Amino acid sequence: MSVPPSPKIDRRAVVTAAAVAAAGMPSMSGAQAAGSKGSVAVSLTVNGEHRRLDFDSRVTLLDALREHLHLTGTKKGCDHGHCGACTVLVNGIRINACLSLAAMHEGDEITTVEGLGRSDALHPMQAAFIEHDAFQCGYCTPGQICSAVAVLAEVAAGVPSHATGDLTAPMMLDNGELRERMSGNICRCGAYSNIADAVADVAGRP
Amino acid sequence: MRFDTPAGQNPIDGQAIVGRPHRRVDGALKVTGTAPYAYERHDAAIDPTYGWIVGATIARGRVTRIDAAAARAAPGVLAVLTTLEHDPAPPGFRTTLHLFGGAEVRHYHQSVALVVAETFEEARSAAHLLRIDYESEPVRCDLAAEAPRAEPAADRDSPDYPVVDRIGDAEAALAAAPVTLDETYTTPDQTHAMMEPHATTAAWRDGKLTIWTSAQVVSWHRNSLAQSLGIAKEDLRLNAPFIGGGFGSKLIMRSDALLAALGARAVGRPCKVALQRPLIANNGTRRAGTIQRIRLGATRDGRLAAVSHHSLNGNLAGAFAEAAIAPTRLLYGASNRDLSMTLATLDLAEGNDMRAPGEAPGLMALEIAMDEMAERLGLDPVAFRIWNDTQVDPRKPQRRFSERHLVECLEVGAERFGWARRNPVPASVGDDRWLVGMGMAAGFRQNLLMPSGARVRLEQDGRLSIETDMTDIGTGSYTILAQTAAEMMGLPIEAVTVRLGDSDYPEAAGSGGQFGANNATSGLYAACTALRTSVAARLGFNAEDAAFADGMVTVGSRSLPLLDAVKAGPLTAEDRITYGDLDKEFVQATFGAQFAEVAVNRFTGEMRLRRMLAVIDAGRVLNPLTARSQVIGAMTMGVGSALMEALVVDTRHGFFINHDLGGYEVPVHADIPHLDVVFLDHPDPVSSPMKAKGIGEIGLCGAAAAVANAVYNATGIRVRDYPVTLDKLLDGLPRTA
Repeated sequence: MSVPPSPKIDRRAVVTAAAVAAAGMPSMSGAQAAGSKGSVAVSLTVNGEHRRLDFDSRVTLLDALREHLHLTGTKKGCDHGHCGACTVLVNGIRINACLSLAAMHEGDEITTVEGLGRSDALHPMQAAFIEHDAFQCGYCTPGQICSAVAVLAEVAAGVPSHATGDLTAPMMLDNGELRERMSGNICRCGAYSNIADAVADVAGRP
Repeated sequence: MRFDTPAGQNPIDGQAIVGRPHRRVDGALKVTGTAPYAYERHDAAIDPTYGWIVGATIARGRVTRIDAAAARAAPGVLAVLTTLEHDPAPPGFRTTLHLFGGAEVRHYHQSVALVVAETFEEARSAAHLLRIDYESEPVRCDLAAEAPRAEPAADRDSPDYPVVDRIGDAEAALAAAPVTLDETYTTPDQTHAMMEPHATTAAWRDGKLTIWTSAQVVSWHRNSLAQSLGIAKEDLRLNAPFIGGGFGSKLIMRSDALLAALGARAVGRPCKVALQRPLIANNGTRRAGTIQRIRLGATRDGRLAAVSHHSLNGNLAGAFAEAAIAPTRLLYGASNRDLSMTLATLDLAEGNDMRAPGEAPGLMALEIAMDEMAERLGLDPVAFRIWNDTQVDPRKPQRRFSERHLVECLEVGAERFGWARRNPVPASVGDDRWLVGMGMAAGFRQNLLMPSGARVRLEQDGRLSIETDMTDIGTGSYTILAQTAAEMMGLPIEAVTVRLGDSDYPEAAGSGGQFGANNATSGLYAACTALRTSVAARLGFNAEDAAFADGMVTVGSRSLPLLDAVKAGPLTAEDRITYGDLDKEFVQATFGAQFAEVAVNRFTGEMRLRRMLAVIDAGRVLNPLTARSQVIGAMTMGVGSALMEALVVDTRHGFFINHDLGGYEVPVHADIPHLDVVFLDHPDPVSSPMKAKGIGEIGLCGAAAAVANAVYNATGIRVRDYPVTLDKLLDGLPRTA
């Protein structure tokens, strides 16, 4: 299977990102609207394609994908980081695209569910989701799949989770690890039991 | 096709395709993110504008003034629609609310304005420039406090039952019974929390409106919206090919659809509106919380002599009662019965349908009561339920169940789950860290019959297309309809194209009340029967005698290719299923038995579900793969009901304070282990030609009580106030040094 580049978790970058995203919340944007409309040019790569765009500085990465690039596979379930439906890979690391402003992604490589595979050439994780009926309404599914792909990469890179027992032992994607790491992606249809089977199926392949 | 006598042998019985696990035919679209949902119609609505809904910040009173000048002057803003500038829209189907218009505010976050702008960011920003003045009235939002003013309430969906439903003399039987129970149970308000918010894209052209929306039942939404807009329904086309979950929230039209239509009309361009997540819990509908008093009386050997069940809940003035007593009418036999509901007025979001309305909260209470009663009798809870099974409607003993295999559900479940290993003495199993318990509950949900239509077309290249306004809310409608048509016409499933959710197509049952699968496939069965007749006529066969299989039509020793019938041109057929009185003559229902094992941390009260099993009796299972998903999803929702889900009322201001997916907790991956499902094989010929019944809700029924009963078995602490959270256990857990 294709695995995204090894994640390099930079906590400082994550904290900065969260602060900037918070600054884009409605209470601040009111003042912005009354003044000049801020616009920023951003160059980024989306699913292997180089894109250069002028954005309203308030546009989240999620809305840049959905409303500007028309990549609607990435879903908006809550728009504030609770549900995980907007999960995408940024330089191989999964994030909630709703909590990140597009302007922060100069030079970044974004992978969305559309970039993982197509109907005639499915990513193994996409195929496993169909095989195990790991979804119902399909709205959380792109986020689940992006998360699952990233989880396998995290485990391969030795990134620990809350459920990791021995931090010095080789990391295994056991059931507890899998369910803990996937818990940021809500599925209200309740396909968890099948999603776990699908991810375990892909993880177990050579 | 009118279905008024039980089905005999028919083409579906071949089960070459129906009844077999088949992967979803729309699966590739969903896993690649290419299935288009309502807010994502860049293909159809070009250059859309963006609407942002503003919710009221009082629960009851009037909007006295809206100053929109600053918002209207803000960059990018195209229009601001305020509720004071519109007449109240008439309430739609199955609701009592004006979704927009007028000064009156009846619940918090009621839509009071829509800002339409060139971009989402501009609309959101300008919305914060609105100045809205209110005149508040005192709010009524505490159900227990309003109880003295509650009035007797009928069941809107079962109006034939007396408001106070009495059989025999329950009071006398309770007084005489040697073993009794009298307990009160509470269930909280719940929100559907479907993953896709209510969302609509609207576009007008030449006085006609097209909307792409998230609707469970196309015709209900279409009629309600046309009425609200004052246009003929023929001038409104509705598209809902993909729906990101509903669970009842999208059964009825909500303000996103009305406001998108009004916004698009105001600006003369397409308009997209999604109800922002933090508004949904208070702006939308809820499952109404209940306070239920249950009294049981039994003989010493465990025969129920009396059942009394009273449920109190609250809703907006003029709205409906949550029919929590519904399962008690039909689940167990007892010759003395007293069932009733009362309804108080609450100024909260409208109580309305949520998955298994009535049955889900009713069984949360009743099935704890049965567990408690079994313990008082010294009986095993499985045996106690089997002992009190009924094969007839207790109200009309001559009215039998069409198919009822609850006892088999219970017996198979007990066997599969290893119930015999359960220690009936609470708090007696575990280790030095975890207390472990097993619990079970029975499940019951009615099977509802609704007319449903479909059109089929056989092309000259052998492709078969299906058109119906049926929806697939994740239930698997696309797949089971493809299976049904393939079975009927003797084609491979790959030859079938299913088109759904378009109001231009024949009207179907839609998705809700677990009535979708059985009725929509039966409507398609009717259409395919008509197509078979046309095919047979062209081939010179008698349709009644013809078998359709493997692309051939066969009568006796004569066999012709199906394609020969379309040499002269494609064939189209349309029909719908309607029903006679078989649901009055027989009780039609689905049954389940739920078993759960829960570990409770001795020190913290943390609860972990370790395993869970449901055994389901729901007629013919059309697709075991997607049906299993329906049941595990419902079980998961049941675990949420048991352990975490509750909308919390802020009684100062009259609204649900945990109104987003961070505050309203639903199960996540870490909460749910592998779930097991067993389907019994009892096709129901009284239900429909498909011999299927509902499957979308039965898996929720009893699930929460099974978990709650397992917590009791683990700890000896009986919690009668859902959800069973650890703060309710801490005082009762064993003391530690």
